[in-house]
Amino acid sequence: MFPANFGYVAARSVDEALELLAQHGEDAKLLAGGHSLIPAMKLRLASPRTLIDLGTVQGLRGVRVDGDALAIGALTVHADIAASDLVRQRIPALAAAAGVIGDVQVRNRGTIGGSCAHADPAADFPVVLTALNASFAVVSPSGKRTISVDDFFVDFYTTALGQNEILTEIRVPLPPSDAGTAYHKLANPASGYVVVSSGALVRRDGSGKSIDARVALGGLGGKPFRAAGTETALRGKSLTLESIVDASAKAAEGSDPDDDIYASADYKRHIATVLTQRALAQASGFKVETSHPQNQR
Amino acid sequence: MNAERVAISLTINNVRHDAAVEPRELLVYFLRDRLGLTGTHVGCDTSQCGACTIHLNGRAVKSCTILAVQANGAEITTIEGLAHGDELHPVQEGFRQKHGLQCGYCTPGMIMSSVYLLKNNPNPTAEEIKHALDGNLCRCTGYVNIVESVKWAAKRMRGGQKAEGGDVSR
Amino acid sequence: MTTQHAPAGLIGASVLRVEDPVLATGRGCYVDDVQLPGAVYLALSRSPYPHAKITSINTEAARKMPGVELVLTGADIDINVPSPVMIPGQKIPPHPALARGAVHAVGAPVAAVVAQTRAQAVDAANAIEVEYDPLPAVVNGENAVEPGAPIAREELDTNICYRAVNKGGDVDKAFAEADHIVKMHIASPRQVAMAIEPRAAAAKPEPNGDLTVWLSTQSPHRVRADLATALKFPEHRIRVIAPDVGGGFGSKGPLYREYTLASYCALKLRRPVKWTATRSDDFLTVIQGRDQAMTSELALKRDGTMLGLKVRVVANLGAYLCSNTAGPPQRMMAMAPGCYQIRNVFVEVLAVFTNTVSTGPYRGAGRPESVLNIERLVDKAARDLGIDRLEIRRKNFIRPEQFPYKTATGVEYDSGEYERALDEAIKLSDYDRLIRERDAARKRGELAGVGVSTFVEPSGGAGFESGTVRVERTGEITVLTGSSSHGQGHETMFAQVVADKMRVGMEHVAIRHGDTMAVQQGVGTFGSRSAVMGGGALALAIEKVSDKARRIAAHLMEASLEDIVPADGGFAVAGVPEKRATWRQIAGAAYGRLPKGMDPGLQETVFFDPKREAWGFGAHVALVKIDRDTGETKIEKLVLVDDCGVIINPMIVEGQIHGGVAQGLGEAFLEQMQYGEDGEVLTGTLVNYAVPHATSMPTLTLGETVTPNPFNPMGVKGVGEAGTNGAPPCIANAVMDALAPLGIDHIDMPYTAPKLWAAVQAAERGKK
Repeated sequence: MFPANFGYVAARSVDEALELLAQHGEDAKLLAGGHSLIPAMKLRLASPRTLIDLGTVQGLRGVRVDGDALAIGALTVHADIAASDLVRQRIPALAAAAGVIGDVQVRNRGTIGGSCAHADPAADFPVVLTALNASFAVVSPSGKRTISVDDFFVDFYTTALGQNEILTEIRVPLPPSDAGTAYHKLANPASGYVVVSSGALVRRDGSGKSIDARVALGGLGGKPFRAAGTETALRGKSLTLESIVDASAKAAEGSDPDDDIYASADYKRHIATVLTQRALAQASGFKVETSHPQNQR
Repeated sequence: MNAERVAISLTINNVRHDAAVEPRELLVYFLRDRLGLTGTHVGCDTSQCGACTIHLNGRAVKSCTILAVQANGAEITTIEGLAHGDELHPVQEGFRQKHGLQCGYCTPGMIMSSVYLLKNNPNPTAEEIKHALDGNLCRCTGYVNIVESVKWAAKRMRGGQKAEGGDVSR
Repeated sequence: MTTQHAPAGLIGASVLRVEDPVLATGRGCYVDDVQLPGAVYLALSRSPYPHAKITSINTEAARKMPGVELVLTGADIDINVPSPVMIPGQKIPPHPALARGAVHAVGAPVAAVVAQTRAQAVDAANAIEVEYDPLPAVVNGENAVEPGAPIAREELDTNICYRAVNKGGDVDKAFAEADHIVKMHIASPRQVAMAIEPRAAAAKPEPNGDLTVWLSTQSPHRVRADLATALKFPEHRIRVIAPDVGGGFGSKGPLYREYTLASYCALKLRRPVKWTATRSDDFLTVIQGRDQAMTSELALKRDGTMLGLKVRVVANLGAYLCSNTAGPPQRMMAMAPGCYQIRNVFVEVLAVFTNTVSTGPYRGAGRPESVLNIERLVDKAARDLGIDRLEIRRKNFIRPEQFPYKTATGVEYDSGEYERALDEAIKLSDYDRLIRERDAARKRGELAGVGVSTFVEPSGGAGFESGTVRVERTGEITVLTGSSSHGQGHETMFAQVVADKMRVGMEHVAIRHGDTMAVQQGVGTFGSRSAVMGGGALALAIEKVSDKARRIAAHLMEASLEDIVPADGGFAVAGVPEKRATWRQIAGAAYGRLPKGMDPGLQETVFFDPKREAWGFGAHVALVKIDRDTGETKIEKLVLVDDCGVIINPMIVEGQIHGGVAQGLGEAFLEQMQYGEDGEVLTGTLVNYAVPHATSMPTLTLGETVTPNPFNPMGVKGVGEAGTNGAPPCIANAVMDALAPLGIDHIDMPYTAPKLWAAVQAAERGKK
């Protein structure tokens, strides 16, 4: 498997990358870790004329606290997010999602920015970032802007990023101390990609009642699906296993997943409920057991 | 189109190499075809099998999914760089002691992933080993003895496993 | 005839593998590692259609691409992959190396390009423009025999390649007398062998006009003969080398089109040509396994006595016949009664062409289908008749004193103690506790099931195997075996045999294999045959060499022949242990001054053919739990008792069982090659075809019984396929036991989570 020929430029800075992007236009693709793009190029599903490598740009890596958010450089690899004490302590769902992407080697190389820009509907980050209400810092020759997660992911492999824009940072609001987060996934046993996944952010008041919850589901469509039915059902409720089960039953309401060769739409809708139960329960402080069945991965 | 070659310089198993490569040249073929480091294998075309696993700047990665140009300036270790002369790396010895390989094709990748695991987690449980090897496929062993091999190596590297003299063991 | 060895001997010891230091350090040499100066690379343009007429091929653009040396289409060459007639009247449509006029499966090569680099070859192959006129395709074997089905091979007027029947006894009478008849339809999923090393060929024209070809093959001599036939090039001028081979599992047995093309191009260009499959190539063009659908009936008496068996098998052969494509269905037939005394059997096979990848032997090669069939029938019979599943098996087992036992299908089993293996599995699994655990889980509303399989594992066969034992001038021993290894540890296991029997250290024995120039005619490694056949040949060759050496020793020590006894490192005079002749001294004489009347040399070659197979057996037990909410299935216990006769290297045998079981669990839970209704390939990469990962494996508990093979010089039987034979039906029975309370009778593998969940949902809806 060999990609078709292409030209290669290593950018030294974001500004230079922007210039190169403007210069090469639609025929150019930005290269981060390459773990979405290179496989597509090997199968010749993608054949850009020019690759602009961001891997050589300094300053786009790492996780830091910036005000009331975690700021994650777009080139931060999954493994570093999964292993970050900061992420694990403050936003466990994000660490959990980063830790179940692909495999060890993929997590050592794939980047959060690359994954988000690629917007694979079976990817993990878009789902968890939707649940966490993240935003995306973007630069272009005309300046900077911030895109909210609900606007960023548009459809299958489509984001709100313009052709001349570069994603530089993902900002994830730090949940307040009374909040909980969790991410649960049912992976395709072949690819390891999401069949269905559920990310949850639950805020509760002093009495243990839910103030609000954000629940996002993967695998139900071209972009992360907000489980509005569940979110509404949980609002103001005491966070008990019963209320969680009731609310989770509405998880897939309004979604329209496709059958695929592995799983039916019915199964996906049902698993959305199961995983949402688990995610909400864990985010609410209940212990959730996971196992390693032989017909899963 | 014919793309211009790009000059790269990288250190592989402690030896520096300078080369001009086509941008599309994958790191695994650079290692195999140019440098003759054929211990790094290709088993799939979709980044699933892990036979091509190497260490790039100290991290286990799949060299079939990295362009050689992306490795410019990197420090790389391949399976050929693990043993000291005839003395096997403890993980290599573990695979031998515990029959962790049959056809041997996935083995270099398995070993590179295992070495990486033990660097970060010197005393892994069986479950941790299995998860650490999720990016490496083996079709011969059923993974049972691979897990045993890694456990053996972990013990050896922690100083608890004596070198075994005889050929007949277990 | 059985040889029993003291535990101190090398036979029976878990000797560490001599192969490992090389392979574990990356110094192995697989075909793609072979570096040939001046080599150019072959790439292919392949059909995207399952069935189509080719209306035009335009190679203009490709010929002008950088680095291109040669472009070929079916019009330029007349090369066909040969396939033998296995069944009288069998239809053998052409299997051209490059399509001529039509394609019959996705991936069929249409044009070949040779270029200076791998990437240039792919670029040029992609630039070949082919116009197709799609034809209706058929992908499912049972659909292919329906009236009006599309014809997969338009050269024929039928999809049936052959019909074969194997029968014995009086089946009609048995069924007429039966109290109960169990009927089932059971389909085995089509599987991909997925050897981690993709196929590869490196062909090098020699200055004298000979051809050397490195191939990733299990069977160098057989492939050489087929290559000679395909190329119309003399066999004795072809040298096939199987260097290190990265797994095969049956799939690297036959000659492949790409091997003929690389060889042809090398001869034509007078340059080395390399071809290495991508994983996608292998998904489309390596023989796949299973895909047999059985419609079966088992006739029984009320007390569980099995009277008769009727099976109709539709075996999907795919579009093209490789040399061994027609084989597995016949294996299925021959062992249809399994380990039971069923005296009245009728098995019919319809082997059919479809527009899919060719099938052929894949670890088990008809055995797993056959075991699955009978073991599912037996379990259902037990359930229907209200008889315990162990009891019904025990009642019908062939008993130890009945061996050698000729089955109704006309094969003779050598030896067996089936009940002992089952007892061992019951003991190891703490079966009663498993049943209690299952029942307790059921009380809690969980889905839990216990499964058992008991089975035979035929091994060896496929004609002869050869072995040469040569004592060199300095007393070192060179062994040439026709059984060429691809991961089974031949260099260790055979060396153990030779060193043990010739009483030398293993370091004095070199095992050579996989090179037709070095090794006499041989067959290869498949069908669990190496220890049985290759080992058998060596054991006999060792005897012959030792006989001659003993006579020379008698001469050297001036003692009478009767007084010469084997001793460490050679021979001694009985009662005078210090009086010895070493192998070096004996060899010195053999190649130098010999006693009168003896021929020079110390080398013997044996072509071993016991004219029968070796029948291993076993019993597997499992406890599974299915998550009602997700369909996820967990193996709580899996016990595998296998009997492969005398064991040469327990470590290697265990490894074979582990690997076989993993592939068996893949079949049971994950793996299935899938096609769309129009024949499009749905699972053509590892992104959508699931194989077991490390995390997929449960804890395995292994056990053994040892029933020596009376017809083998070492008492051995094969074991390579035991895991794929026994584990899937054991799991199937366990999963179905778990679902039985819901009224579910049978589901075909693989038991993916979505499939089981849907079945549970449907059953529960039905109950409401």
